[in-house]
Amino acid sequence: MELICPAGTPSAFREAVDAGADAVYCGFRDETNARNFPGLNFSRDELREAIAYARSKGTQTFVALNTFMRAGDEEIWYRAAADAVALGADALILADFGLMAHVAEHYADQRLHVSVQASASNVDAINFLVDAFNAKRVVLPRTLTIADIARIAPKIRCEIEVFVFGGLCVMAEGRCSLSSYATGKSPNMNGVCSPASHVRYRKEADELVSELGAYTINRFATGEAAGYPTLCKGRFDIADERGYAFEDPVSLDVMGEIDALTAAGVSALKIEGRQRGKAYVAEVVSTLKKALSAKADDRPALLAHLRGLSEGQKTTSGAYEKRWR
Amino acid sequence: METARPSLTMGPVYYLWDSAKWRDFHFRIADEAPFERVVIGETVCSKRQHFIEPHIAEVIERLENAGKTVLLSTLALVTLERESRLIRELARDSEYMVEANDLSALGLLNGKAHSVGPLINVYNSATARLLAGRGACRICLPPELPFSSVKRVIAETPGVDFEVFAFGRMPLAISARCAHARSKGKIKDNCQFVCGDDPDGLPVKTLDRQSFLALNGVQTISHTCQALLGELPDLAACGVSAIRISPQDCDMVAVASLYSAALDGAIGADEAVDKLRMLYPAAPLSNGFHHAREGAAWVARARDTAQAG
Repeated sequence: MELICPAGTPSAFREAVDAGADAVYCGFRDETNARNFPGLNFSRDELREAIAYARSKGTQTFVALNTFMRAGDEEIWYRAAADAVALGADALILADFGLMAHVAEHYADQRLHVSVQASASNVDAINFLVDAFNAKRVVLPRTLTIADIARIAPKIRCEIEVFVFGGLCVMAEGRCSLSSYATGKSPNMNGVCSPASHVRYRKEADELVSELGAYTINRFATGEAAGYPTLCKGRFDIADERGYAFEDPVSLDVMGEIDALTAAGVSALKIEGRQRGKAYVAEVVSTLKKALSAKADDRPALLAHLRGLSEGQKTTSGAYEKRWR
Repeated sequence: METARPSLTMGPVYYLWDSAKWRDFHFRIADEAPFERVVIGETVCSKRQHFIEPHIAEVIERLENAGKTVLLSTLALVTLERESRLIRELARDSEYMVEANDLSALGLLNGKAHSVGPLINVYNSATARLLAGRGACRICLPPELPFSSVKRVIAETPGVDFEVFAFGRMPLAISARCAHARSKGKIKDNCQFVCGDDPDGLPVKTLDRQSFLALNGVQTISHTCQALLGELPDLAACGVSAIRISPQDCDMVAVASLYSAALDGAIGADEAVDKLRMLYPAAPLSNGFHHAREGAAWVARARDTAQAG
């Protein structure tokens, strides 16, 4: 089982490699990837050095080019693909069919992974991408249960990678324009969700109000931990009910299900968190690496102390568990 | 350059309406509304399928007798084997053109003339041309696309009829989880079809009582209603082949007639907007995505005022 780890900076990249990542994924410092946040990501030179370092330790590097090409500016994405190939990326993680077609045509030997943003959620969808673009691996959307994964794995003609730890999209990834509805900036087009540039906190009486664009996303009483106003993790009113309409401020943790995921046919486990600092990356990667080789009985103790690092310190198994629906 | 007048397409009803209402709605659309084509079929949740199934044949017949072209919509999110089977059968056997709303349908329709729905990510002409090469002859572009992209994609993709989502609450997200069922104390697997209580969506308000979004089963839609009216001349000029009207729970015959009159130039944009507000008072209008702004925004255009009257 491979462990695929996030790196938003060269230093986090080194930490992930040193902590035992089988592969590290990262992106260029622009809108070609879905974590286009200020201060994150890699220049061409930084990626060259990172790949060289990873190579020296036997670690692979995956480059995420997983936003959708803006009409008229396709050259930005094509150049990013060309550079990632030239720099020696072990795989490109892609979401846009147009970009997949370009890479499959121009760099036939380049390993192509289907990003979670492509939303390939079933056998026919995945095999379409295998046949059309020679995709070697699919990162499954977080819409499937472990039983669903076990059912489709034998019928698809590529490897399966799944998210096991970190932030959790409630919506099918790559098919959500909630953020741009409120701010004009979306994961698909700009590589950002609920961008900090549109976030405002204001004090009102004894409450802290968090806003995204023109909309209130949450209100926190004094002493309540105030989370970041990610749109789908906000508190809203539906009829007379007030609460987290889509999802509580929780993060994903299905490391307790490693054996079930292995049995289901998963070949790689992915950690979310390119926006996280190097200390977080080091801690999570080394712990999960240990958990992978530990006996099932020893895992809970190993994983328990990671909970403190999770968003809101509460975790969920998300869609992997049927009742989440 | 002389531009062809775009025709009108009615998209699939995204909501769960009871069987008789769904049937009677389409009968009236068949008889009275100026649509050239009508897309039917459950798109949001496979659990709802049985509500419309008994009436599909008679609705198709009525639409065809009225001279309308019928297209069959596929599900937006396909995870269960039962759902996959449904799409395989449709792709293989349908005598009507199928509109793909997920990647499995795109894969299965390869080599057959088909339509691509607004829930497929077509952001550029490289993607549009790829889909065209596999048999896509119509593509309804995603509501999120700004006009600059619409123009570019159409110019660079000859041989495909493009549609733009010009009326209706916008589909913004879809999830494995049913927020609609959960808001009523249920989960997806025992939902008891509570989304049927909200034939125009269930409002989601912010804690400051701002109208924001609406729930439609596993789909999240905008509170605002997309309304491209003043934009119609630009859309026609750049070669948009059809204007897509997405049904809401209001007088859709009147909405279609209004868009038709606006396309004919028989009514000015400002007057059309005023009339639309009266026809569908449930939601404020928006056109922000088209103007590369936040989707909920309404961009009034001075030019429309100058041209009106």
